[in-house]
Amino acid sequence: MTTAVAVDATITTGPFTVEARFEAGPGITALFGPSGAGKSVTLAAIAGLLRPAAGWVAIDGEVVADTTRAVHVPTQQRRLGMVFQHAALLTHRSPLDNVGLAVRSGPSASRRQEARRWLDRVHAGHLAASRTATLSGGEQQRVALARALAGGPRLLLLDEPFSALDQPTRRNLRHLVRDLVDEQELAALVVTHDLADITAFADHVVLYEPGRTLGTHAVRRGHADDVAALLGLAP
Amino acid sequence: MDDWFPLWLSVRVAFGATVIAGGAGIGFAYVLAKGRFRGRGLLEALVTLPIVLPPTVLGYYLLTNLGVNSPVGRAWEGLVGEPLVFTPTAAVIAASVSALPFVVRTARAAIEGVDGRLEAAARVAGHPEWRVAALVTLPVAARGLTAGVALGFARALGDFGATVMVAGNIPGRTQTMPIAVYDAVQAGDGSTARTGSLLLVGVAVVVLLAVTQLSARER
Repeated sequence: MTTAVAVDATITTGPFTVEARFEAGPGITALFGPSGAGKSVTLAAIAGLLRPAAGWVAIDGEVVADTTRAVHVPTQQRRLGMVFQHAALLTHRSPLDNVGLAVRSGPSASRRQEARRWLDRVHAGHLAASRTATLSGGEQQRVALARALAGGPRLLLLDEPFSALDQPTRRNLRHLVRDLVDEQELAALVVTHDLADITAFADHVVLYEPGRTLGTHAVRRGHADDVAALLGLAP
Repeated sequence: MDDWFPLWLSVRVAFGATVIAGGAGIGFAYVLAKGRFRGRGLLEALVTLPIVLPPTVLGYYLLTNLGVNSPVGRAWEGLVGEPLVFTPTAAVIAASVSALPFVVRTARAAIEGVDGRLEAAARVAGHPEWRVAALVTLPVAARGLTAGVALGFARALGDFGATVMVAGNIPGRTQTMPIAVYDAVQAGDGSTARTGSLLLVGVAVVVLLAVTQLSARER
């Protein structure tokens, strides 16, 4: 598989340290493990929001962080899309503005058009001018997804994107993310501690235990027993 | 009260000082909240100093730094043609310095309270730091910033010590409301003292109520 992202780094934040080592290609790779294992911290380091204490990160073959060579490409230049657990939308701007602010170039009219196109694509076009704060959790995540995609990212980072949502909404959004990843031929890393996320839409899973990664495994969609076997839960 | 000049002057001085202390204060607050640099602690101490110093001491240092023999005072006189001290402009400077820490402390708390993920999302989307500040940090912190500026206005309106040191007590020129109250008490003019005091209390109460409202609606 071609490598969309590769990490071999020790990442420290406060008293917490995680040793992350994995590669991921196109498609959806789940980072799975208990809360506090360091999954979100890994995403933050890939995004450049944290600097690794040691090691390196490469996106699309480009080294974006390497402590031995003092490389640190700023977050702004890494061309990523990111979705957070609670959407993290600007409530003082409309959903359309939120997406429009992530479109990277062009005059404002064309940026708005592009934003509207993305909102339509995530089935949130009718929310374009709503008050952002009044949107439901699922609606906010759709807008956040449109925002993450609007910049034409080379890698999508989703940090527990569904954990605050109810089950039916989760199912819908998993389908949406799966469709978008396939149609844009994207690579996506999804932090989750919900097994159902993995069986429903992941191609690979990186297993975490507290403080480090254990390895990467391919999973077949819809085969819950694959993941159970990996975790030693199989009968 | 038959002389309304002090009130009018106080309002003008307070507005001028609010503009200066508001702009500088939000700038300092942002730098203190976001910056990681040597001397940050010292900078914080310096901008907080006007809260803890006796106003007369603050006024004394302003006077020595802005007076006719100081470099600033001379440069001002060269430019404007009259000394800086004992003018309404000096009153604005004194009130600005007194108000600054109130703006900085409130604004800094508001800026630090902004959800870091909102700023992270803007960085990921490619916005440089100044646009992150303009699009995300400052608008999201707007209520807290407004509260800080309102507190600064109230403080500027009520400044006595520093103002009387650098602007003096010249009736009809630099005598602000708080100084007029002091004068009235000294002269046994109870009616002016009462009216002036009531006016200042009224403004202060209105501002504090507004600040409470702004802080309450934030959650």
